Amino acid sequence: MATWTWFHRLASPPYVYRTAATLTPWFAVVAALAIGYGFFGGLVLAPPDYQQKDAFRIIYVHAPSAWLSLLAYTTLAVAAAVGLVWRMKVAHAVAAAAAPIGASFTFLALLTGSLWGKPMWGTWWTWDARLTSELILLFLYLGYMALRSAFDDRQRADRASAVLAVVGVVNVPIIHFSVTWWNSLHQGSTVMKLAKPSMPGSMLWPLLASFLGFTLLFAALLCVRLRAEILERERQASWLKSIVEKR
Amino acid sequence: MTGAPVVSLPGACARVFGREVRLAARRFGQILQPVTFFLMVTTLFPLALSPEPSLLRNIAPGVVWVGALLSSLLSLEALFRVDLDDGTLEQLLLSGQPLAGLLAAKMLAHWLLTGVPLVLAAPLAAASLSVPADALPVLMVSVALGTGIIGFVGAIGAALTLAGRRGSVLLSLLVLPLVMPVLIFGARATDLAIRGEPAAGGIWLLLAMLILAITLAPLAAAAAVRICLE
Amino acid sequence: MAGCDRSPVRVLSPDAVLEADGLHLWRGDRHVLRGVSVKVAAGQAVHVRGPNGAGKTSLLRTLAGFLWAEEGSIRWCGRPVGTDPDGYARALAYLGHENGLKADLTAGENLHYLTRTRRAADDASLTAMLARVGLGGREHVAVRALSAGQRRRVALARVALSGAQLWLLDEPFTNLDSGAVETLSGLIAAHVDAGGMALFTAHADVPLGGRTRHLELGA
Repeated sequence: MATWTWFHRLASPPYVYRTAATLTPWFAVVAALAIGYGFFGGLVLAPPDYQQKDAFRIIYVHAPSAWLSLLAYTTLAVAAAVGLVWRMKVAHAVAAAAAPIGASFTFLALLTGSLWGKPMWGTWWTWDARLTSELILLFLYLGYMALRSAFDDRQRADRASAVLAVVGVVNVPIIHFSVTWWNSLHQGSTVMKLAKPSMPGSMLWPLLASFLGFTLLFAALLCVRLRAEILERERQASWLKSIVEKR
Repeated sequence: MTGAPVVSLPGACARVFGREVRLAARRFGQILQPVTFFLMVTTLFPLALSPEPSLLRNIAPGVVWVGALLSSLLSLEALFRVDLDDGTLEQLLLSGQPLAGLLAAKMLAHWLLTGVPLVLAAPLAAASLSVPADALPVLMVSVALGTGIIGFVGAIGAALTLAGRRGSVLLSLLVLPLVMPVLIFGARATDLAIRGEPAAGGIWLLLAMLILAITLAPLAAAAAVRICLE
Repeated sequence: MAGCDRSPVRVLSPDAVLEADGLHLWRGDRHVLRGVSVKVAAGQAVHVRGPNGAGKTSLLRTLAGFLWAEEGSIRWCGRPVGTDPDGYARALAYLGHENGLKADLTAGENLHYLTRTRRAADDASLTAMLARVGLGGREHVAVRALSAGQRRRVALARVALSGAQLWLLDEPFTNLDSGAVETLSGLIAAHVDAGGMALFTAHADVPLGGRTRHLELGA
């Protein structure tokens, strides 16, 4: 039974509420340091790319955002599946908290991709496979949030949107494959090359730091939003009243 | 009342399928509505762009596929909604059979009743867009497979939007991103067929997706129906 | 299985028992069921009463397996219903606010599809049951053309034909005239006397003789 105690603890809103509060500052501080180094190293110290000049520097925002858009969707789907199978309220709260963060990073990835496209291809939008996949992912996020908001009671909203999240995560690889296939047939190879093997350390290390920093930033944001979700969901619970009265 | 044997799952599915078909026969006009919509949409493009045959032939795969996709979405709205309103969906849950199996029978009937008319109308639309006759078999096969995928995947969306408000627009928001691969593969196969090139690749991919959808979508739809009846 | 045994043949089981214990149900912030317990054995009928909003419909929907009670347990023949939901569904028939009939089909067709997704039944038994609820000779009339009370009777005929041991009836007598109430009470009474079980809500008293117990739900 001992191996399951952590699982039961995770199901307890007071435990998760307090743990999230403890973790938030750590995530936030390390995220700030990593992003600070990543941006300073990438935007100031790293030499300009011989082909793209300074335009390539947007990679320090674009690539981590694109990574987070997928990480957040995976987090959302895994949490949703756990909530669905074990009827765990906290897991649904995690899914609900992750969706707007993920959608924001997806939007950021699209925005930076479009800004990058202007100097590279001379146009704000190009139907590049990666950008198109990202756009469809944004639609998936928006559909998820729209479905959630269509319900009056939270339990059904949780469970119905969880089904959609699981269906979506099965579909994401299919969508990505189909878009790549479509793109390779219609255009040449205008696929962005991320993390070129020849990338020098002065460019690479700040990029890796950005990835780490963005991931921790996501963790910190998730903790903050998760606490807000739990507060709202457990507003009738006695453990919450005792916390409030202590203050 | 005593001694009556329990019905097998295939037997129960046959009843569900039979009821759908009989209901459709009573309301034949409702089958024709999505097809009429489809033909109207494909008529809009020559009017909006130009009647130039070479242009129409170029845009034909996209026009036919977008039209088929939109009209399939239209007919999805009523898939479970009517059954919810008259209480037959509740009875389906309590029939003592695996709900996913019964829903699969219902979705199969839906595919037959909405897909076949579209498959038959697609050559008409294609001909009006100057598509050569050689390309029609590929178009029809791809539309047949594609409407199946849209029907099965869309049924999940139809079940999910049962309980909420703002049904129809929300349904499209949920389903469209999920079925974009169908549009890509179907339109591409049709395009290749029009150019006289081998189009089997897209067809096989559609078939693979259809098998996946038939296997998994009833399970997800059953879960969604149970949640929305709570 | 209609009763407790898992045999493929439907018979009313004399030792069937439904036990709901301490059911709590929330809908959003509303605490709808506050520790409801009820036990129904073979040959018993329970009349659930209470003011509007007392949770009568919620209780029936919970017992039918549509709603999930956050606390409490429901056992059928001693086993939690979650262990074999399909088997439990075969043992029960539910009549909700909606009749579960297709307006475009005839009364006979509706009974044909509804009954035969659950069990085998010959045409004669379907016709006989329609006659018994006072709709003899109407099997070829579309449900659309029937009155509200007549539709309710078709729905009750469906329940009676289901072969289920446990009948869960939510306001079965809405839209029925007094003659029909008597006929259909007789149907329920016969089911209970034969070893069946019924749990129903109704505003008025139901002429079931001394078979009925009452379960009062507070608002």
